[in-house]
Amino acid sequence: MSWFEKPATPSVRTPMEAIWAVCPACKSYVPREEWTAAQRVCSRCNFHDRLTSRERIDLITDAGSFQELNAKVTFADPLKFEDASGPYAAKATATVAKTGLNEAIVTGNAKIEGIGVVLGVMDFRFLGGSLGSGTGDRILLAAEEALAKRRPYIVFSASGGARMHEGIVSLMQMARTCAAIARLQGAGIPYISVLTDPTTGGVSASYAMVGDINLAEPKALIGFAGRRVIEQTIKQKLPDDFQTAEYLQEHGFLDHIVERKEMKAFLAKTLRYAGC
Amino acid sequence: MSDIDFTKPLTPWQIVQVARMSGRPLIGDYIKGMCSDFIELHGDRVFGDDRGMIGGFATIGGERVMLIGHQKGKSVEENIKTNFGMANPEGYRKAMRLMRLAEKYHLPVIALVDTPGAYPGLEAEARGQAEAIAKNLTVMAGLRTPYIIVVTGEGGSGGALGIAVGDTVLMLQYAVYSVISPEGCASILWRDGKKAPEAAKAMKITADSLLKLGIIDEILPEPTGAAHSDPRAMVKTVKAAVLKCIKELKVLPADELVVRRYAKLRRMGSATL
Repeated sequence: MSWFEKPATPSVRTPMEAIWAVCPACKSYVPREEWTAAQRVCSRCNFHDRLTSRERIDLITDAGSFQELNAKVTFADPLKFEDASGPYAAKATATVAKTGLNEAIVTGNAKIEGIGVVLGVMDFRFLGGSLGSGTGDRILLAAEEALAKRRPYIVFSASGGARMHEGIVSLMQMARTCAAIARLQGAGIPYISVLTDPTTGGVSASYAMVGDINLAEPKALIGFAGRRVIEQTIKQKLPDDFQTAEYLQEHGFLDHIVERKEMKAFLAKTLRYAGC
Repeated sequence: MSDIDFTKPLTPWQIVQVARMSGRPLIGDYIKGMCSDFIELHGDRVFGDDRGMIGGFATIGGERVMLIGHQKGKSVEENIKTNFGMANPEGYRKAMRLMRLAEKYHLPVIALVDTPGAYPGLEAEARGQAEAIAKNLTVMAGLRTPYIIVVTGEGGSGGALGIAVGDTVLMLQYAVYSVISPEGCASILWRDGKKAPEAAKAMKITADSLLKLGIIDEILPEPTGAAHSDPRAMVKTVKAAVLKCIKELKVLPADELVVRRYAKLRRMGSATL
């Protein structure tokens, strides 16, 4: 039997994605095992890939210490918004089903090297980490929890910005979250903001940028206006490192860029300087 | 926009056109028309003096206030100078400096909002547009003096909000206030900028919608034919409304003012509270 007559056998090969991970930044193929062990940090270019909120909480907090707050707070549809691809409520409901998340941030009480904190971790999988009224409620309520318990507040941001489907209500979340954080800061309670890839638009222009300490992960995209909007406005090419964590640090807006593997210890050390 | 019939209800997209119309009163007209005195205070003390955002001491109907606001121009030359009312970080930082000065001197702040948005430029990013706006949000929330906002034309997203957190928000009948321009929203969610009229409707950016949503406190009616048809009458309406707010708020002790403001923000635009 010649080779071309050989009957086709169904492929039982392991899928490619199970063996290799592709770095979203440098496109290198990294063995999946190595990628996972490195907490999704590229060994070739040091890009820190996005984590889910659960993965992040596991990395940052003491085992078993995280107690979620306001888990039932979910999206609202104040405008009854509908665009070309359908109603927002349907899209958000599908996102809830798909991700198992009720909102773009998970908040709760936790311990970091034994220090009691209130922690918020955004999750980009929930509508691009966009800031809706449910997101704002969780951030505000967690700030109030930190104030009531006099515990430091730490927020990890990962967001494209405002949630357009909630229109002006989304914009108001910037004011609400900052108001709650201002009260915390006025009461002398530490607030640490950690900007991860990406932190842009209305989130960068509100709670993410007003930490007592602003930290970021290497190479995270951080900025106010979108790159394309700026290029169209000023009609020039932007530098390659524009709106990276490194660019922001160089321009004076970040205290420190912290590697993922160092983050927990770094936070604990900083909190001790803050008297925790 | 001679094709707009003001005797009939306007569509949201028509209202966007009116809000952007040249001839609509700008901050200079309000200063001239409602202030018996104005001393402009320049500069952010760090980088420069943004002409897209101005402010200073003002006297309105005998009340001394701090007046701040976006500045658009009436001509091409003026618009180049004022950057079409799109402030840079130094504009927001100047505004913050004046807010704090107002607090120190116990002057109410009057903020006039009229901007397409904060300027999206390379240097604006380098100098921290996001940080400048964010910082203002925290300062306004806790400012121990009355803070009154009037959205007079375009309330363009974070660029508007950067001076618009306060005790009372007034909005002109044909002003708009939104998280993104209808064109921007259409190009992202409809993948077609020409669907802006649909986006304008879906986003509920007009004064009557915003009042129902609890984002603004009062709509200031415009003269028949809109503000540009009778700027003097418009300025008079704004002056009277602002004076009424000042009188209501200035009797409140600062502690109570700040507690009330937080309570308001806590409920405003909440999903659950």
